[in-house]
This record gives sequence, structure tokens and C-alpha cells, in this order.
Amino acid sequence: MAEAIRLEHVTRRLEGEVPVTLVSDASLRIDGGECVAITGPSGSGKSSLLYLMGLLDLPSEGRVWLGGADTAGYGEVERSEARLRTIGFVFQSHFLLPEFSACENVMLPMRRLGAYDDATIRERARVLLGGLGLEDQRDKGPRQLSGGQSQRVAIARALANDPMLVLADEPTGNLDSVASRNVQRTVLALAHEQGRAVAVVTHDPDFAAQADRRVRIVDGRIQP
Amino acid sequence: MIRLLVDVAARHLLARRRQSIVSLLGVVLGVSFFLSISAMMRGSEQDIIHRLVDNAPHITIEDDYRNPTLQPVSQLFPDAAVQLRHVVPQTETRGIRGYAQILDFLRRTPGLRASAVLSGQALASFAGKDRAIGLYGIVASEYAQVSTIRRYMVRGSLDELEANPNGIVIGDELARRMSLSMGDNLRIASTTGQVRTFKIIGLFHTGRSDFDAGQAFVALKRVQSMLDRPNRINTIVIKLADPNAARTEAARIEQRVRYKTVSWQERSEDLMSALAIRSVIMYAVVGAVLVVAAFGIYNVISTVVLEKQRDIAILRAMGFQARDIEGMFLAQGALIGAVGNVFGIGLGCGLMAGLMRIHFRVPGSTDVNYLAIDWSLFQFVLAGGVAMLAAMIAAYLPARRAAKVEPVDVLRGGT
Ligand SMILES: Nc1ncnc2c1ncn2[C@@H]1O[C@H](COP(=O)(O)OP(=O)(O)OP(=O)(O)O)[C@@H](O)[C@H]1O
Ligand SMILES: [Mg+2]
Repeated sequence: MAEAIRLEHVTRRLEGEVPVTLVSDASLRIDGGECVAITGPSGSGKSSLLYLMGLLDLPSEGRVWLGGADTAGYGEVERSEARLRTIGFVFQSHFLLPEFSACENVMLPMRRLGAYDDATIRERARVLLGGLGLEDQRDKGPRQLSGGQSQRVAIARALANDPMLVLADEPTGNLDSVASRNVQRTVLALAHEQGRAVAVVTHDPDFAAQADRRVRIVDGRIQP
Repeated sequence: MIRLLVDVAARHLLARRRQSIVSLLGVVLGVSFFLSISAMMRGSEQDIIHRLVDNAPHITIEDDYRNPTLQPVSQLFPDAAVQLRHVVPQTETRGIRGYAQILDFLRRTPGLRASAVLSGQALASFAGKDRAIGLYGIVASEYAQVSTIRRYMVRGSLDELEANPNGIVIGDELARRMSLSMGDNLRIASTTGQVRTFKIIGLFHTGRSDFDAGQAFVALKRVQSMLDRPNRINTIVIKLADPNAARTEAARIEQRVRYKTVSWQERSEDLMSALAIRSVIMYAVVGAVLVVAAFGIYNVISTVVLEKQRDIAILRAMGFQARDIEGMFLAQGALIGAVGNVFGIGLGCGLMAGLMRIHFRVPGSTDVNYLAIDWSLFQFVLAGGVAMLAAMIAAYLPARRAAKVEPVDVLRGGT
């Protein structure tokens, strides 16, 4: 399968009175159809690594290749554009926009992209939510959804623009075991059934065990 | 795209309903005050200028020179320092000489109407009462073209002066004070001592009491003979098709005829500058109301920006650009501004309609006056535009801050 994301000796430091190294010399490649679990103790730099892969943060050293293209020369607009078209984020605490219903949340990235007309966007959102077993929750506000439901809405939103790369930061962190299983299955299916590249940060050893590969980080370094 | 940003903006505001309504009220009050006060000030200003332009000549040529005539020696040596002692200027008969030629010259300009007037002081006596009046010698048919006096005739007519050289037209206030009525005979004594009896053939009412009580129109020939100035006049009254051209036109005429030629702008310079100062004060005051409203908008949008850090980060992660975020919060300002404008203009119209009903008497006027309100589109565009501008400036600062939010900073803190 094609390469989706590749990090080459990426280091991210925060300058300041006490300089902090969040990620140091990380090299990592994820292909389409592959699910990589990122594990490590709290504060080890897992989220930081994910932000670098998602072009939300810029490396202090090293390079990030997205879909075979070097992103070093990207400006703010190009990085936003790349996130919009090729990357889907899922966060630990689902982060739905509270003023929008489940369906409207899923529609947002498509509306920003502007590639489809309104009716198509609504229909696509329905299909995505339906595929995650949420057809009845479509018009509910985020506050009326359970944690597991919200997380699946967030996944649907991440998939709205059909991204090549999905980055999930502890998507099961706040869920009970049943809901967690459900989300795990969904995330794995993104790689194995839909052919996307998936990086998922998790503390759950069972979840990590189901991934194709496991990457362990300690103190910002990827362990061999 | 814009629709999406406006949609997000609207929902953010609706989620903070009470705060949004308070800031909206600020705009509504600001716009309505601005609109009604500005319309009232502009209206009265236009009213004043209108009266000035309408009821008075646009240009008058007076029997006077702007600069004293130079002595021959000064004319010979214009650059020399000349001092002459004990010069007694030659006594001359006052008046505009050769006025027929001047009138001919003036009337060659298209759109220009001119009429010769000889005015002087006189004493009116009737039934033992005496009053000083201004006597206006006119050729009625010509004068009617440069004056609005015909419009104010309440009895009789001005034109009868042509047929009846012994007729006089006076103001109704003078008639009331001297217990005169149509057809009465009024004795007029001129400053040269001549006394004549005139028959009242018309009454006018302009509403300006000094004019209504102190002005009388008589045939020009009669005044000329009463003042011992045959074939002389002392004023040429001019109306132009375009009153705004008066200043340049006056300069051109003065250049040619040498007599002091005064445009209405020059005559009313004090008034015009007073009006300008009044406008500055007024706009400063209503502007202050809008500044307060702008603070309200700034306040609500700043709050939203602070509360929505997480949402901003999520939108950025989703692929929204910094510019989109800025646009979203500018849209909030635009929304408050636009909705505030709609209600503000509505309320402003109500206030303006209310102001129009207020009536009062001004000193020097015998009529009931209403506030003049300027209902022109310009007022609405101005009030709406200024409010919109204030809203956008108020939104701009928090919007810039929102655009600068680094999503990773928020996410690191949040997760
Ligand atoms: N703004 C900051 N200033 C200084 N240090 C920071 C800042 N943000 C994060 N860090 C540090 O960077 C390190 C990496 O943080 P990161 O969030 O990537 O860890 P993590 O592996 O995702 O942890 P967790 O499992 O708790 O989510 C942590 O030690 C954290 O304390
Ligand atoms: Mg983390």
C-alpha cells in the first residue's frame, strides 16, 4: 500500500526559560491500510507526535512527508488545506461543537471543503453516521449523546472528507469497556476495511494488541 | 464559505443570548440616536440654509466698494509708500450708477435673474401712530422673479404696484400694530422730508416678525422721487439657478461691475461656521454613543473567543484556516451590527417621526415651527455605515486574537 505519512528524524523542542523536548529524533512511516498503535507513559510525547503528523505543529528539526510530499515548505494555508483534505483527527474527549447537532458536526468539514452541494453533504453525513450505528442520534445535540456515541460522531466527522490518514488520540480513554470495544472495532476497520492509514494513541493493551504495529515512546523517543 | 462562517458565528451568539442581546441593544440605541439626532441636525441645517437661500437673494450688488478708491498718486505708483494727509473724499451721490447697463450685462448669463431695488428708511404714520419702516422701491414684475415674497402674500397682490403707483404692500404684523387694513391710506415720510400718502393694496406674512413689521414695498419710481434720487438704485438683487454657484458668480460680477457684490455664503459666513461647529459637536456626542455600543460588541465577542478556545482548536484541526477563524468572529460583529441596524433604524424612524410632531415657537417668528427632519437616504446610509464600521472595528481585535490561537497550545492544555 502507498505511504501515507513519514517522519524523518523529527524533533520538537519548546524554547523558553526551561527548554522542553517533546519529541526527539522520531522516524516513523505509516502506509494506507495499516493501523499503528502508539503507546507510552503519560507525558512521554504521544500527543505531541500526533500533532506533528497532523501538521498542527511544526518540527524543530527533521521532515514530515504527507502522501509522499515534503511539507517543509507549507505555509499555514497549505497545512490547513492538507488537514482538511487528507487528515482526520479524533481526540480523547470527543470535542464536538456544542452548538451543532451530531449531523451538523459531521457536515462541518464538508461544508468548509465546499466540494459538494448541501443535499449531498447532508446525505453523506447520514451515511457516515448510519455506518457507525448512529442513525437515530443524528439530530441530537452533543450534550444529549453518551460518551461512546459522541466519540463515534467525532470519528464520523474525522472521516467526512474521506481522509487518507486518521489520527486518534486516546479515542477510548473516557469510555466504558463495551463502548470502548465498539470504538476499537470502528477504528481498526478504518485501516483494515477502508484502507486508510491510522495512528492511534492508546493506554489500552488489548487495543494496542489488535493493531498491526506498536510504537512505544518514552521521554519523547521512539523505543526500538 | 461565508455562509458557513456566518452560521457558526450566529450559533455562537445565540448560545450567549443574554450577552448578545445587551450588546445588540447598545447598537440599536446607538443607531437610533445617531439617526434621529443626525437627521434633526441636518434637517434644521438644511432648513436654515434653505430659508437663507430661498428667502434672501443669492447675490446682492451694493452701492459700495470693497476697497476705498485709490487716490491717483497711489494708482500711478502702486508699489510706492504714499501718504496723503487731510484728504477729503469727493461727495458723491450714493447709488449704483448705470444700473440699466449692469442689468443688461447680468441678464446675459443664463439662469440668472436680477432686479434693481432702491431702499431707504421712512416713517409711516397712521391714526397718530408712527413707525420706522424700510421702504423698498421695486419693479414688481422683476422683483417677483428674484424673491419669494409673492408666495407670502395674504391679501391683494404685489403686481398691482405696477398699475397703481400710489399703492403700498406691507406686512401683516405692521398692519396689526398700526391697526391698518386693506384700502387704508398710510402717510409715509422719507428722510428727505417728502411726505406722500399710499394706499394699502396688499399684505404679506412671512412669519419673520421683524420683516412682517418693518418692510414695505412701493413702486421704484415713487421711492426714487421721494428720496430725490431719480434713476438711481442702491441694490441689485440676484437669484441664480444654482445657489451653490453664488460665490464664484459674485466674484465674476464684482470683477466686472466694481461694486461690492456679496454672495449669500459670504453674507452668512458666521452662521455657516456656527452650523459647522454645531455639526462637529453633534457628531461627537452621537459618536460617543456608538463607541459605547462598540465596547459592548467588543465585550461579547472577546468573551466568546475566550470561551471557545477549544472549539477554535478543533476547527483548526478540522482544516479551518486562521483566516476562517478571524472571519467567523468578524461575522459576529457584522451580525450584531446588521441586526442592530435593522432595529436601530426602525427605532430611529420612530424617534424621527416623534420629533417631527414637536412644535414650538422661536423668538422672532410669529408662526408655530416644527422640527425639520432630514429623511434623506444619506442619513440612513450614514447611521448604518458608521454603526457597521464601529461593530467591525470592535470585532476586529478579538477576531485577530482568535486567529492567532495556536491549536496545539489549547489541545496540550485540554487533553
Ligand atoms: N506548553 C508546554 N510547556 C512545557 N512542557 C510541555 C508543554 N506542553 C506539553 N509539555 C510537556 O511535553 C511532554 C509531552 O506531552 P504530551 O501531551 O505529548 O504527552 P502524552 O504522551 O500525550 O501524555 P498523556 O498520555 O498524558 O496524554 C509532557 O511531559 C508535557 O509535560
Ligand atoms: Mg496525550
